[in-house]
Amino acid sequence: MDNEAIATLIKTQFPEAVSSSNIFLNELTLIIKKDCITEVAHFTKENKELGFDFLSDLCGVDKAETDGIFEVVYHLYSISKNHRLRLKVQIPSNNPHISTVTDIWKTANWHERETFDMFGIYFDNHPNLQKILTPDDFKGHPLRKDYPLDGRQPATLREVYRKGEA
Amino acid sequence: MGLESHLGDNILTTTLTTMVNWARKSSLWPMPFGLACCAIEMMAAVAPRHDIARFGAEVFRFSPRQADLMIVAGTLTYKMASVARKIYDQMPEPKWVIAMGACAISGGVFNTYSVVQGIDQIMPVDVYLPGCPPRPEALIHAIMKMQKKIEKEAI
Repeated sequence: MDNEAIATLIKTQFPEAVSSSNIFLNELTLIIKKDCITEVAHFTKENKELGFDFLSDLCGVDKAETDGIFEVVYHLYSISKNHRLRLKVQIPSNNPHISTVTDIWKTANWHERETFDMFGIYFDNHPNLQKILTPDDFKGHPLRKDYPLDGRQPATLREVYRKGEA
Repeated sequence: MGLESHLGDNILTTTLTTMVNWARKSSLWPMPFGLACCAIEMMAAVAPRHDIARFGAEVFRFSPRQADLMIVAGTLTYKMASVARKIYDQMPEPKWVIAMGACAISGGVFNTYSVVQGIDQIMPVDVYLPGCPPRPEALIHAIMKMQKKIEKEAI
């Protein structure tokens, strides 16, 4: 399916859910309302014509300073149909919660954990929403714009391993 | 000199320190701690084109118990730091460390939340080898510097 057909199909199915759509460099992006992401995601996978059986990436974007939002971005690919789709969901940065899609694509499990770890976005009903990359005692979410670039914890290891205990 | 003239051509005299240090510097057994692209250059240095066997340092051992020269090649992160230190601790004395590349020396371009700003924060470093990444010739140069340093050590 081409981009226009994909956009039309999803918009017809969910006229309320799609707040805008955009095609740039032959890539289709749909902005989805926060509460609708589960049903839209489920539809893109199960619909025979769309067949988005592969979640190739799920990540976050910090736009808190300019727009007061975080974005969650879903990059979808259909292995059988060889077409792609990008979904974006905007959530308020002061209440960063969104529904999980782990029950639709299993690969979302670790992607959502990484997005949680890096941005502090909570994926509700995730089966195991724990940090995945940063050390266990690490405080904060390092890819947020308000996290200091050199926010090392601790600032130096100069004394940590000298004693031979660690 | 006076003694050797009596002993003839077949016997040389030296000091124990010189002898031991000669043996140590001529047979360095590196422990490769490859963390990033520097490790590729380190592997190239071992391969036939550059061939650090010419300097007696070709026996790369992946067991720290059998190594005496740790080459930290690449970006050391906070999560890797305890592992690097543990492997260093497992090496028997005498042991030496080469910090290979800008990241191992100082963190390099990665002035970020996750990168150790120089491996000398967690272990003593003998030779700092700059470059991003350093070419195999540079690693050979660092090993020769290492050998010069070992020559002067007390046993």
